[in-house]
Amino acid sequence: MRLIVAMLLAGTATPAFAQDHSGHAIPAAQSPAQTECEKEAARQTAMGHPVPEGACAPTAQSAPGDESHAGMDHSQMDHSQMEVMDHSAMDHSAMDHGQMPAMDHSDMGGMDHATMGHEGMQSSGQAPLDHQAMDHGEMDHGAMDHGTMDDGAMDHGTMDMAPIPQGPPPASAGFGPPRAADAIWGADAMRASRDALRAENGGMSVFWFQGDRAEYRAREGGDGYLWDVQGYYGSDLDKFWFKSEGEGTFGESPESAEIQGLWSHAIGPWWDLQAGVRQDLTGPERTHAVLGVQGLAPYMFEVDAAAFLSTKGDLTARVESELDQRITQRLILQPRAEVNLSAQDIPELGVGAGLDSVELGLRLRYEYVREFAPYVGVEQEWKVGQSADYASLAGEDPSVTNYVVGVRFWF
Amino acid sequence: MGAGAMALPAWARGANLHGGGTIRAGFDEVSGRNIALTIGEGPRVVQGRRGHAVALNGSVPGPLVRLREGEPVRIAVTNTLDEDSSVHWHGLLLPFQYDGVPGVSFPGIKPGETFVYDIPALRQHGTYWWHSHSGLQEQAGHYGPIVVEPSGMDAVQADRDYVLLLSEFTPLHPHTIMDKLKKGEGYFNYQQNTWTDDYSLSGEDRRMWARMRMMATDILDVTGSTYTYLANGRGPEEGLEYLFNPGERVRLRIINGSAMTFFNVRIPGVKFWVVGADGQNVRPVEVEEFQIGTAETYDIVVEPTGEARTIVAESMDRSGMAVATLASCPGARTAVPPLRDPPLLTMADMGMNHGSGGMDHGGGDMAGMDHSVMGHHMPAQGATADPMAGMDMSGMNMRDTSLLPPNVKVGPGIDMVSMNPVDRMGDPGLGLDDVPHKVLTYKDLVALEPNDDLRRPSRSMDIHLTGNMERYMWSFDGRKFTAVSDDPIRFAYNERVRVKLVNDTMMAHPIHLHGHFFELVNGAPADRQPQKHTVIVQPGGSATFDLTADEQGDWAFHCHLLYHMHSGMFQIVTVAKPPSAPDVKRVGED
Repeated sequence: MRLIVAMLLAGTATPAFAQDHSGHAIPAAQSPAQTECEKEAARQTAMGHPVPEGACAPTAQSAPGDESHAGMDHSQMDHSQMEVMDHSAMDHSAMDHGQMPAMDHSDMGGMDHATMGHEGMQSSGQAPLDHQAMDHGEMDHGAMDHGTMDDGAMDHGTMDMAPIPQGPPPASAGFGPPRAADAIWGADAMRASRDALRAENGGMSVFWFQGDRAEYRAREGGDGYLWDVQGYYGSDLDKFWFKSEGEGTFGESPESAEIQGLWSHAIGPWWDLQAGVRQDLTGPERTHAVLGVQGLAPYMFEVDAAAFLSTKGDLTARVESELDQRITQRLILQPRAEVNLSAQDIPELGVGAGLDSVELGLRLRYEYVREFAPYVGVEQEWKVGQSADYASLAGEDPSVTNYVVGVRFWF
Repeated sequence: MGAGAMALPAWARGANLHGGGTIRAGFDEVSGRNIALTIGEGPRVVQGRRGHAVALNGSVPGPLVRLREGEPVRIAVTNTLDEDSSVHWHGLLLPFQYDGVPGVSFPGIKPGETFVYDIPALRQHGTYWWHSHSGLQEQAGHYGPIVVEPSGMDAVQADRDYVLLLSEFTPLHPHTIMDKLKKGEGYFNYQQNTWTDDYSLSGEDRRMWARMRMMATDILDVTGSTYTYLANGRGPEEGLEYLFNPGERVRLRIINGSAMTFFNVRIPGVKFWVVGADGQNVRPVEVEEFQIGTAETYDIVVEPTGEARTIVAESMDRSGMAVATLASCPGARTAVPPLRDPPLLTMADMGMNHGSGGMDHGGGDMAGMDHSVMGHHMPAQGATADPMAGMDMSGMNMRDTSLLPPNVKVGPGIDMVSMNPVDRMGDPGLGLDDVPHKVLTYKDLVALEPNDDLRRPSRSMDIHLTGNMERYMWSFDGRKFTAVSDDPIRFAYNERVRVKLVNDTMMAHPIHLHGHFFELVNGAPADRQPQKHTVIVQPGGSATFDLTADEQGDWAFHCHLLYHMHSGMFQIVTVAKPPSAPDVKRVGED
């Protein structure tokens, strides 16, 4: 019981405790239908402690909210120590301090009240400050400690308004790696677990393989196929990245096939720089140096852009972009665009200088699970400019429409 | 509280401690000065879903460890796994070498080994929990409750005293979850915005989010799409019940032992009192709901009426719930409310706090705050009625790294910088600022007993919580633990420091410091700032605590979202005590 009594006393002796000052503009809202004593009694009841009858009789104490500050005399206020506080423009014209029996501003270090209007506020000898109409409607003073202020003679002279300084730890905090456990268990015993801790908390590597497009392509003049896969192994910032794509017509040798091996390094939150080698596996086999970027552009466009310099000295480039549009949580429409460029004519490859080809596609996939999503779609390819001429000369149609069905998968 | 008051339901009592085979749901109780625990594994079935469990003494959760303030305890933990394991005593003040973090406090427990935690007389009482600190074992079931009985009379008197430990079950291996998070943003999120959703987002809002390469629906990383949410190891259909007689006062010790889930806890139609937070008594606060972050604990007292009342613990993203029933007789039930609509991230969660309802100057730390740019004449507006409140976002830089202090490493690991990280300890939590009833906030917490260190902090420091959603990188000050494992956060022994955690991400992070309690600078009087071991830092906002670094040794400091920690949001706090320094009186010591 001793504890209970002590807690009751403690409770009643600290009336303004967690009082919420957010409603400064509406003193009536705080007007206690329930006095603080009654609230405390309710808390005691909540903890299972008996509260004696009549503990909150009107004479037992006056509710703090009843204390009037209408005639608050600030003439004793000494602001001389308030070094950092600038009240030059503070507008307290609507503030009602009627509910603030005890103010302690000791935690408000470094506060800059530059735009608050304090017009008319003078440091001393001032008639009672009129806080009657101050509007702090949106201001939450919940963090001010109002618990220790003396109503009668407010002395701000001892207020420590300086902010707590930021700083490094003092020299007595020591230096060097954390090795306290070595003194208990021995450095040898700790070593393996320390290595494991480092590996487990941020040091992991990931292997990812994605078939972005693996599809059957129905089109005039012989149906075909296409693959477009990629994957990586590595850490958050550095990865080995590989890519392969190719296509062809059933019954014929592949029209194109290539594989890339790239080192990939994060150069921003959403972008990787990729450099490496591309090997063409069909036609006149060539090797290219690759330099590109891959990542996520604003508006969630997946972008893969790379320049290729072949062993023949030919410079080409490819830019691909995809955008996932969720129709439902599992049904996704994916527009896709690809542009191929060349710095020069490469007749043996049927590539003309400038814009070589453009592809626009639209695929609708259904994610049975995230990792497996069959799709249907359509893709239009155009050879452009000189490349179109090369195609026509070769008896090919420079414009081809593919109706595709395929699967997107990853693991 | 008498021992008899702990009226465990029948299923939680008297089962075989070391039974092989299937892992049981619910927990037994171990107590005394010598306690033996065995780490094992086995298959586990929850509501017909099968998975693999790592479990202590054959159950998930593992046994309730009941200790007594003022008494020492020796806990022998035997590891029968074929990998290292550990037990961390979450919230207990003890010598660092028994804190149970491999690589920080001890070498871990090798397969086949028994490690004895030799814990001196306990300096505290209240509700805590234990869990693995090895790999991702915690997700698989390696956790359980701790209750430390007070040496004197309990300040909270109740007729019934129950533990409600919230967690998750998944049939997936935890490493699979980590792998999916790394590879696919939103992998577990089936509440994304689509062409056909019901979210109150305008086309402009949607384009703004897309432009930022962020998702307004990114509330929790791992969701009910794989998790079955558990109450004492039981799925919502498995009928966990707490018996009461009408008129009785029921104490519920609610522990969030999940790996990745914040829960909104309520008992529809019932007001209740929050009487403890993280094991520390607080002045009772009457609420109807509270959000509990991963690793936090709250003690509540409720006087249920009627035949039955449903306790709902809804995941913060509202993709599922754990359910228990306060029942006046076995089998009594009431309706389980449906899941509420999923919330969306708002302006405030991006670190732009001017527009939302309560401009929040709390936390007591107004140092250096420049009010010259703040309009103080904003009309009150519903905080979330329109998540974007018509703000023109064009031209706003969501990653203005010039706002970061020089000690933060700017790089690909940071995808956002909070523009105006105001104190958000007055926030009830994501999705709860527009419910029509009282929800607990940190500002409601006031310590019941006075704190013992009233010194003004001698210095302050900011720690930035940083991340990249797309790459699933998480860190402090832009550096994953891999980059700072030899560069700990250092405090001088008995130093008192004000620490401000600044959240430069759009996720809420429950930040846990081992071996200490810190005091939230939440507006309570200096001697009544509530003591906690884990603090939620709301997205785009900040939270501030005062710490007396009086527990020497190396201590883990990390985000308690398991996969955030595993991705690098981990540090070591070193409290170095020079041999010449005198011992100070610490928390709980006479």
